[in-house]
Amino acid sequence: MKKRFDIVGKARRRVDGRSKVTGQLRYADDLFMPRMLFAKLLRSPHPHAVVKEVGIERARKHAGVHLVLTGQDFPVPFGIMPVSVDEYPLARERVRYVGDPVAAVIAKDEQTAVEALGLIEVRYRVLPPVSNPEEGLKNPEPRIHDYGEQGNIHRNQSYEFGDIEESLKNADLVFEDLFFYEGNTHLPMEQQASLAFVDADGKLQIASSTQNPHYLHRQLARVLQVPEAQIRVVATPNGGGFGGKCDPGGHEFVVSKAALVLGRPVKIGLTREEVFYVHRGRHPVLMKMKTGVTRDGKLTGMHLQTLLDGGGYGSHGPASTFYTGVLTPVTYHYPRFKFEACRVFTNKPACGPKRGHGTPQPRFGQEVQLDKIAEKLGLDPAELRLRNLTKPDSLTASWLKIGSNGLAECIEKVTAMSGWKQRRGKLGKGRGLGIACSTYMCGAGVAIYWNKMPHSGVQILLDRSGSVIVYCGATEVGQGSDDVLAGLVAEALGVEIGNVRCVTGDTGITPVDLGSYSSRVTIMAGNAALQAAERLRATIAGVVSETLGTLPDRVVFSQGKVFAADQPGAGMTFVEAVALAEAALGTLSAVGSYSPPKPPGSYKGAGVGPSPAYSFSACVVETEVDERTGWIHVPKIWIAHDIGRALNPTLARGQVIGGVYMGLGEALMEEQSFRRLPAKLSGALVHRAPSMLDYKSLTALDMPEVEVALIEQEESDPNAPYGAKEVGQGPLLPVMPALANAIYDAVGVRIDEIPITPDKVLRALQQKDKRVGPQSFPAVPYPEPTFVLPPWEDGDGKETKRDAKTAVV
Amino acid sequence: MLRLPWFEHRAPRSVAEAAKMLAGEGPRAMLIAGGTDLLPNMKRRHQAPQVLVSLSGIPELRSFSNGSATRYGAALTLTEVFQNPKTPAALRHAAIQVATPHIRNMGTLGGNLCLDTRCNYYNQSYEWRKAIDFCLKKDGEICWVATASKRCVAVSSTDTAPALIALNAAVTLVSVQGEREVSVADLYRNDGIEYLSRRPEEILTAVRVPGGWQSSYWKLRRRGSFDFPILGVAAALRFNSSNEIEEARIALGAVASRPFLVEKAGEFLKGKKLTDEVIAEAAGMVANRAKPMDNTDMDLYWRKEVADDFAGYALRELRGDDMRETRFRIARQLV
Amino acid sequence: MRHSVLRSLTLNGEPVEVSFAPYKTLLEVLREDLGHTGTKHGCELGECGACAVLVDGEPRLSCLTLALECAGRSVETIEGLARGSQLHPLQAAFADFGGSQCGYCTPGVIMTAKALLDRNPSPTRDEIREATAGNLCRCTGYQQITDAIEDAARQLREKKT
Repeated sequence: MKKRFDIVGKARRRVDGRSKVTGQLRYADDLFMPRMLFAKLLRSPHPHAVVKEVGIERARKHAGVHLVLTGQDFPVPFGIMPVSVDEYPLARERVRYVGDPVAAVIAKDEQTAVEALGLIEVRYRVLPPVSNPEEGLKNPEPRIHDYGEQGNIHRNQSYEFGDIEESLKNADLVFEDLFFYEGNTHLPMEQQASLAFVDADGKLQIASSTQNPHYLHRQLARVLQVPEAQIRVVATPNGGGFGGKCDPGGHEFVVSKAALVLGRPVKIGLTREEVFYVHRGRHPVLMKMKTGVTRDGKLTGMHLQTLLDGGGYGSHGPASTFYTGVLTPVTYHYPRFKFEACRVFTNKPACGPKRGHGTPQPRFGQEVQLDKIAEKLGLDPAELRLRNLTKPDSLTASWLKIGSNGLAECIEKVTAMSGWKQRRGKLGKGRGLGIACSTYMCGAGVAIYWNKMPHSGVQILLDRSGSVIVYCGATEVGQGSDDVLAGLVAEALGVEIGNVRCVTGDTGITPVDLGSYSSRVTIMAGNAALQAAERLRATIAGVVSETLGTLPDRVVFSQGKVFAADQPGAGMTFVEAVALAEAALGTLSAVGSYSPPKPPGSYKGAGVGPSPAYSFSACVVETEVDERTGWIHVPKIWIAHDIGRALNPTLARGQVIGGVYMGLGEALMEEQSFRRLPAKLSGALVHRAPSMLDYKSLTALDMPEVEVALIEQEESDPNAPYGAKEVGQGPLLPVMPALANAIYDAVGVRIDEIPITPDKVLRALQQKDKRVGPQSFPAVPYPEPTFVLPPWEDGDGKETKRDAKTAVV
Repeated sequence: MLRLPWFEHRAPRSVAEAAKMLAGEGPRAMLIAGGTDLLPNMKRRHQAPQVLVSLSGIPELRSFSNGSATRYGAALTLTEVFQNPKTPAALRHAAIQVATPHIRNMGTLGGNLCLDTRCNYYNQSYEWRKAIDFCLKKDGEICWVATASKRCVAVSSTDTAPALIALNAAVTLVSVQGEREVSVADLYRNDGIEYLSRRPEEILTAVRVPGGWQSSYWKLRRRGSFDFPILGVAAALRFNSSNEIEEARIALGAVASRPFLVEKAGEFLKGKKLTDEVIAEAAGMVANRAKPMDNTDMDLYWRKEVADDFAGYALRELRGDDMRETRFRIARQLV
Repeated sequence: MRHSVLRSLTLNGEPVEVSFAPYKTLLEVLREDLGHTGTKHGCELGECGACAVLVDGEPRLSCLTLALECAGRSVETIEGLARGSQLHPLQAAFADFGGSQCGYCTPGVIMTAKALLDRNPSPTRDEIREATAGNLCRCTGYQQITDAIEDAARQLREKKT
């Protein structure tokens, strides 16, 4: 690996920066076409009902209306995961939350479409709603879906890595805590929009604010019964995604169908309220966490139970359910680990993947519990963490392979920056510091649908002009995926970044990339891009080495020049080198692909959690808490993030601060919660706050300054391009528990639930046990666990019979 | 995109012309000034006036004069109000904390005084309200905040009204019948639906604020901007030369369908010095009158519980305590 | 009854005439009738700041401004900020300092910041945060926005001297 970089590691303007500050960048709703029509959706006012009849005659006759669609027009269901294909673009027989789309009007303008929606008459037979998982467990009937584990349980699973009871029995102390994490939503600034039309070749094209054009492409073909080759999905630059634009949305099928029927462009732009209904955000999760520890602060095992409020549809739920458990043992070494997880259907908008997908909830519990353990043992919480860190190049009890691991350095750095040792406990009344850590995947190791093909493909085209065009299915959602691609390719080819152009997220042009989710772009698309670039470099070097009088592997590409390593003053320009190669070999292009390594575990379910690499973060939050009112002020946050290598530090810092921002918002105020009206008077179950005003997100005035340290490794993670790991999701995760721990340090109360609001702090201050949090965990019928022996107990990564281990131990 | 319904737009050039139009159109018309309250409501179909009579092109509504009292034209924006060096502290604190900088550049003083009452069950789209079968305030039968209530309990959410009540200000109301002045306190009724004593054909044209008060306003809300008050405490005091209180007026906002004066606390403070004990007792009296409902942001018991703290902040600030740090933590801005 | 109206206004320094349905806000007219899609929308209720533009030099929410009431007034949008092919210092700083991630709130914040710097060439970080407190951003955590505005202010001051 070369040591000196031209571009990597240098702070610079991102490649799409200019288009964003000039207003030139076209998001989906900025697209207009001749003869374009507008769609609006009619949504269910009932949380749970049978759709008896949808009367569309009056709407159809309304002046300016071109088409009215209902569930009858969509016989084929969709679903992002093959195991939960349970959703129709427009409800056919059942509506499952307030906001479930039932019919669509396509009209000459939005105003007319809205008017016509009022003319659609829907007859419903109202069913009793399930408002939370406890209710869902208690009431198996009526079932919200006719599939799933049983009753209203969608997913139910249990994994045990080594005998957990034994590890708890052998511990000096066992801590048992209950935690609750309220749901919240992505709230991207851009409301989803899509424009579908039949293009000049007669093919369906849809431009849409989606994070995953490839998955949308497959689902469109399925639902519309049109061959994939006849559909082109263009992911327009997303005005923020955060996971909210991963699932295909009903509206995308509706405009596509309408465009096919009418032969005219059809656009839809969701209102903000509709975006809250599309949701797919953070699951509300109730957790029970039992952890064993020795007197000298060594963890012996953890038994984690989670209960997820899934909402009305499957979405990514099967994965989310796994994620409330699987990444827990990546930060600290648990000799044994057991987790049980259950996702229950409820009559609310479907939950799914939000930044950190399923892991912020258990991370919150884990990190707050560690704080409690440290206190009990009389240890510095940072020290307790340092004693239990997982090691680089190690396996977890659950057979996840950890590669590079900079968590120790993160903790050391963040405690140094924040003056942890000198300041903690000495800030005076009402002021405190709290620490917490986390880890996150750099891309999910397994695709959403089973296949053996690469996760990412890149094609690079060069020509005599010296311009470099990078084609990739990766999608720019604001995180900087185009910049990652351009930076890596420019570095590898030694050209100026301004000569690289990215063409991305277009299934009609670009090689498949699975999408912008699971923090996968830097490693997966990045590695594919590097492979393609290195192939091109080798090709060109092979041609020009003779002219340069050197061997091909001694040809250096740097700063627009191509030269022999021992003659840096001589050589030729990159443009000249390309021209020579083009003359010798013809048109120049190369492709690269990336498939993640095979995970070491092979038990059923081992596919969720493995990743080519993991990022690590440590965070310190400072608080000032008013003991009379519970008012919380956060003056400062420090965070160190093990990114491996920052390709563009400006962008990486921005991702870190943005993650901290979103984490602090979740910690203090963001809530996607629902209102059940008095059951005697009403069956209503409505979103409390489907607006930007009432769904509280931090403003510039609520956000403290964040001090960021990017931790880079001398020894690059071999799975990461130039050692670069993810930064989009990890830095969010430690913020919530660090805040909770800081509040405890400030005023001695434990708020074991998120969000942490002043009223909870005040209530805890007034309570004997100085705690606010869940009081009980319901009886969940978890299944018999899949039993797997940890690597250090002579396991082989496969499921085994429990009594088999006695033979081993 | 959320859009307005169709309407006709009138642009009178004088108050007299506007009053005539309003009287002529009757109930199908509504006044619009800054539009920051009315237009979102129209987009969500709370109000669907067929005619909008605009007050933005009337120069006399944008006047300001300063004598024994200051007089603000009702169409001055909130930015203009708080930037005016003659504006008393409570009104400045209130105006500068309304919503956001953009909305303060648009929203007017008169508009903030006439702000529609708010409620979690009301400030929602038509479709959302349909899902709860509407509510007492609009299109429905039941008040979902207090299901036994015959009266709508939507909450007064204006910041400037409690400040102006404490300052003993009055407003001018003009109609084709003539002009009258009512105190700001009397402008409001404790009814979430009929929350103003302004008659439909009247135009609120000016606010007169008497001088001589030392005043303060403290606002409780979750964030440093955007949010409506969920508690507002305004205090205005006159001191004599020996630092005793000659006259005291304390007003509460955002805890009922109207902002109101807490007379008892004002009476109590008369003739006293602001000792810690006096402040605590007065603050307790203020807090006693706070009866928040579960119809706005944050836990209602907590809102009730911190009312005395906020009253205390206001009085301590008027005593001369350095409250800047507390204010910064609460308001999150340099008010 | 349902007719379009024709109005004249100044858009980014140039006179324009535009015909539109009278219920439309300035936001809708800019985007749909004048083709200026640089101005974004995130709520259309005055709750996010994405649609901020300058009207007679003051930042306003175009989603709550009746287009009818903009007749004869001067409207400035992100499209008119650059001078020729040269980015305005605010634009350059937002691009260079990470003030823009997904970019969706960016036009509204930049226009708001322009009004701030026109009025106050040397704002403190607190003053910058106050001026932009009506612009929600979900990506940046605001810090790099503040950095960018601070830097642009410095550049503009240097340019003047």
